[in-house]
Amino acid sequence: MTPIFKNLFFILSYLSLSACNEQVLNSPYPEDSEGTQSVLYSSFSERPRHLDPAKSYSANEYVFIAQIYEPPFQYHFLKRPYELEPLTATKMPEIIYLDSSEKVLDKDAKADEVAFSDYIIDLKPGIKFQPHAALALNKQSEFLYHHLSQTQLADINTLSNFEQTGTRELTAADYVHQIKRLVHPKISSPIAELMKHYIVGLSDYAESIKDKPRTALKDSAISGVEVLDKYRYKIRIKGKYPQFIYWLAMPFFAPMPWEADAFYSQQALIDKNITLDWQPLGTGPYMLEENNPNLRMVMLKNPNYHTDFYPAEGQVGDKEKGLLRDAGKRLPFIDKAVYRLEKETIPYWNKFLQGYYDASGIASDSFDQAVQFTGGGKLGLTQAMQDKGIQLQTAVTSSIFYMGFNMLDTVVGGESEQARKLRLAISIAIDYEEYISIFMNGRGVVAQGVIPPEIFGFSATESGINPYVYDWHRQQPRRKSLADAKQLMQEAGYAGGVDNKTGAALILYLDTAASGPDDRARLNWYRKQFAKLGIQLVIRATDYNRFQQKMLNGNAQIFMWGWNADYPDPENFFFLLYGENSKVEHGGENAVNYQNSEFDRLFKQMSNMENSPARLAMSHKMQEIIRHDAPWIFGFHPKSFSLFHNWYHNLKPNLMANNKLKYLRIDPQQRKLMRKKWNQPVLWPIILVIILVILLALPAVRSFQRRARETIK
Amino acid sequence: MFNYILRRFLYAFPLLLGVNILTFVLFFVVNSPDDMARMQLGQKHVTEQAIDNWKHQRGYDLPLLINPQVAGLDKIKDTIFYQKSLRLFAFDFGISDSGRNIGQDIQQRMWPSLAVALPSLVVGLMVNITVALMMVLFRQSYLEFATIVLCVIIMSISSLFYIIGGQFIVGKLLMLVPISGYDTGLNAYKFLILPVLISVVSGVGAGARWYRTLFLEEIEQDYVRTARAKGLTETQVLFKHVLKNAMIPILTGVVVVLPLLFMGSLITESFFSIPGLGSYTIDAINSQDFAIVRAMVFLGSVLYIIGLLLTDISYTLVDPRVRLS
Repeated sequence: MTPIFKNLFFILSYLSLSACNEQVLNSPYPEDSEGTQSVLYSSFSERPRHLDPAKSYSANEYVFIAQIYEPPFQYHFLKRPYELEPLTATKMPEIIYLDSSEKVLDKDAKADEVAFSDYIIDLKPGIKFQPHAALALNKQSEFLYHHLSQTQLADINTLSNFEQTGTRELTAADYVHQIKRLVHPKISSPIAELMKHYIVGLSDYAESIKDKPRTALKDSAISGVEVLDKYRYKIRIKGKYPQFIYWLAMPFFAPMPWEADAFYSQQALIDKNITLDWQPLGTGPYMLEENNPNLRMVMLKNPNYHTDFYPAEGQVGDKEKGLLRDAGKRLPFIDKAVYRLEKETIPYWNKFLQGYYDASGIASDSFDQAVQFTGGGKLGLTQAMQDKGIQLQTAVTSSIFYMGFNMLDTVVGGESEQARKLRLAISIAIDYEEYISIFMNGRGVVAQGVIPPEIFGFSATESGINPYVYDWHRQQPRRKSLADAKQLMQEAGYAGGVDNKTGAALILYLDTAASGPDDRARLNWYRKQFAKLGIQLVIRATDYNRFQQKMLNGNAQIFMWGWNADYPDPENFFFLLYGENSKVEHGGENAVNYQNSEFDRLFKQMSNMENSPARLAMSHKMQEIIRHDAPWIFGFHPKSFSLFHNWYHNLKPNLMANNKLKYLRIDPQQRKLMRKKWNQPVLWPIILVIILVILLALPAVRSFQRRARETIK
Repeated sequence: MFNYILRRFLYAFPLLLGVNILTFVLFFVVNSPDDMARMQLGQKHVTEQAIDNWKHQRGYDLPLLINPQVAGLDKIKDTIFYQKSLRLFAFDFGISDSGRNIGQDIQQRMWPSLAVALPSLVVGLMVNITVALMMVLFRQSYLEFATIVLCVIIMSISSLFYIIGGQFIVGKLLMLVPISGYDTGLNAYKFLILPVLISVVSGVGAGARWYRTLFLEEIEQDYVRTARAKGLTETQVLFKHVLKNAMIPILTGVVVVLPLLFMGSLITESFFSIPGLGSYTIDAINSQDFAIVRAMVFLGSVLYIIGLLLTDISYTLVDPRVRLS
């Protein structure tokens, strides 16, 4: 046998043996990574910037910290509309209203009578922090690692290098400490300025500690926040602000032991990137075992997690969907959650199909592969997805994307009837149904007002439509005709897109931060929508920094923007149009600089009210004012599409709760079987290529050998 | 030679200062400290006061290049440029705008970059030389013609296509390696196969053709004719004489890129989720983290200067006629 054939024989034998072995070669996880544990595999596309609950304010960070830190309250996992329930608290807070002389008022006291509201929160005893080096004590009850020596530091590169860990019971002082942290200048909490408006004494406190280190927070006090006893604390806020309870369900108000600040303030640890911003310390069901945001984040079940059970009741239909199968069982179910960095959607999607991720969203590139429209116009999974047992879940998000008219602009803005009719005409002409169909694969719901579905004040009936843009037709809203829009244009003095007074063509300007190649089609589409009315739309694309600057200066005429709810309350949407929040004058979130005295009056009133029929009526009235004035074109509420494998259980869309991981359950055995079935290596093409290359090269080699052996005759 | 190296290092200082100033100016033409603060603080409830506090805490409330409100040297010293950029010369990269130690991050992230770049370079070099030698060995045969056509085809295709196609065929259809990802230690090997393979395949077209040209130039030399006249076989001529002499431009070409291997590849690292320095730079640009951007540009410049110096030194090692003075 020649050497070539000998080598070929060995290669073929190896490949054949590998194929017979039925081993999975493409698994991105180490073989022994699971053992008997129930492991969830997920991903993150952008590395979290902050894991400090005082700083963190974005969804990709809440994926982690909401499982680690526990504010006193949480959203019920199953109930809808969204409902708050105690988490580390024993009950919902006791709220006491006081007048300016600190005299207690009735529960139903009017907002203008209430000078202060006291929130008294009772905590469950016996809750413990996760094991952590910051809490480790020696035999003399002194902290082991609060004053690290150079010798101790030599072997420390990560938090796991600390040999000893400790824990202690959660107390009311830990919650108070976190409130103090919100205003420490070194921490730069995004809600510091907002909370200074509400929490009594927070502004003064911020001033008093502005030059002090974080370790000084422990021994200073805020006048409005008080530890009543080991398990009770009180927060005093200015006036009546019922939405404050929602803030108490966010990680900003999670407990932080003072020991964490003392431990992490050591410069030597900061130099090694061991900081509280990267290594959390909480009481939640999970703790961060590995924090390598460049590669993966691994969370393990917190061995000290307090007793917590899966809810026994939910929404109508939850039982039938199997969502109450685990009712009353101890949480959490998953032992370990592995989040891997996946920057691109295509590799992520393919790994999901191979079973290496348990759930996935649907990127535009994969939409047709995953979802199809059935005969009745309903969405369903493709056969390939159904064959894999993949399930689809959709939910309308609690956010809104809108097109805004700068009300300070001389053409589209202002209170004049001419400008209002122009805005309404454009509202009718821009066909967002078409937009959702073309650019979002149908993943959105056209907005009829400011409030998204599932938020108090939303109505899906005839009374909930925008009557200035839609008609109610066959139990559904139907966009008014283009003729109606043209009529409005005529009434506004712009018949056929020409200014009646000057005879000049109407040119409007759309400012946008969308300037990438993918956005070109969208922007062209907008041009065409305006062109239906004869309006020439000029796109002023810029980067997001410049765009924000234009908005701050009021230099934009028309723009597109969006808002995602902080909490499920209409106030969190109406405030985007409240006069005192106008962007130009006050630097607030009212980007259109809308000002309507009646709307503002109603806003002030409704924002201090509990949900009630009177508040609902007020919300409807406010919606009517906005629809009439049309400072916004209510674009759409995006619809999230999630796919998950059939070994993944207890999934229910909950757009408010972030601590959902503890409720989820995985069947690892089934996953193992399916992964093996779906990932058998295919080796024959490689063998074929090798044979082909050899066959092609053989004649040339032979010819070369013949030539080399030739002699001069 | 020592004097030459010293002189080159001294030349590097004004060069690096220029790079530093240019990076600084370009960055702040596009981003203001207010923009950076907004980016770090998020989109919601960001007040002017919060922005001012963020800037003050990180020293971005100072003037950019000259401070007219102070006298003497402080005019230069009390500026963002002086405070943030000049300490780079001591390789003190400082803290990123999101609060992480950049030096630590670079130390951690250069290894994955190197893990992809080094095997890509070595295997790529071997494959390119082998293919080029084969082309020279089988010159004027159908095999050479077919290989040249294949090389031109390979050169004409975008590298992004190789990445997506490679992931699709090798990772998804054949299921031989993970589609993307990375792991620490020895577990990283299976994640490196595909990016290295793609890097080698996508580079073979240009590389093999370039080396073929070098070999063909050598093969026409007098010493080759002499070797043949001595009765050496074609393979002996190629491997013992042609390859050795053609190694001078190959080696110097390789030495110049050696230091830059640490910097990683932007596209490969992004598509394969490899946590290297390439993706670190891209992330920093996206999040407007000036501290990281300036550190990475500075590091890139230093490594490039070192690369050029090493090239000069390598000339003296492979060609005894060259002397550095």
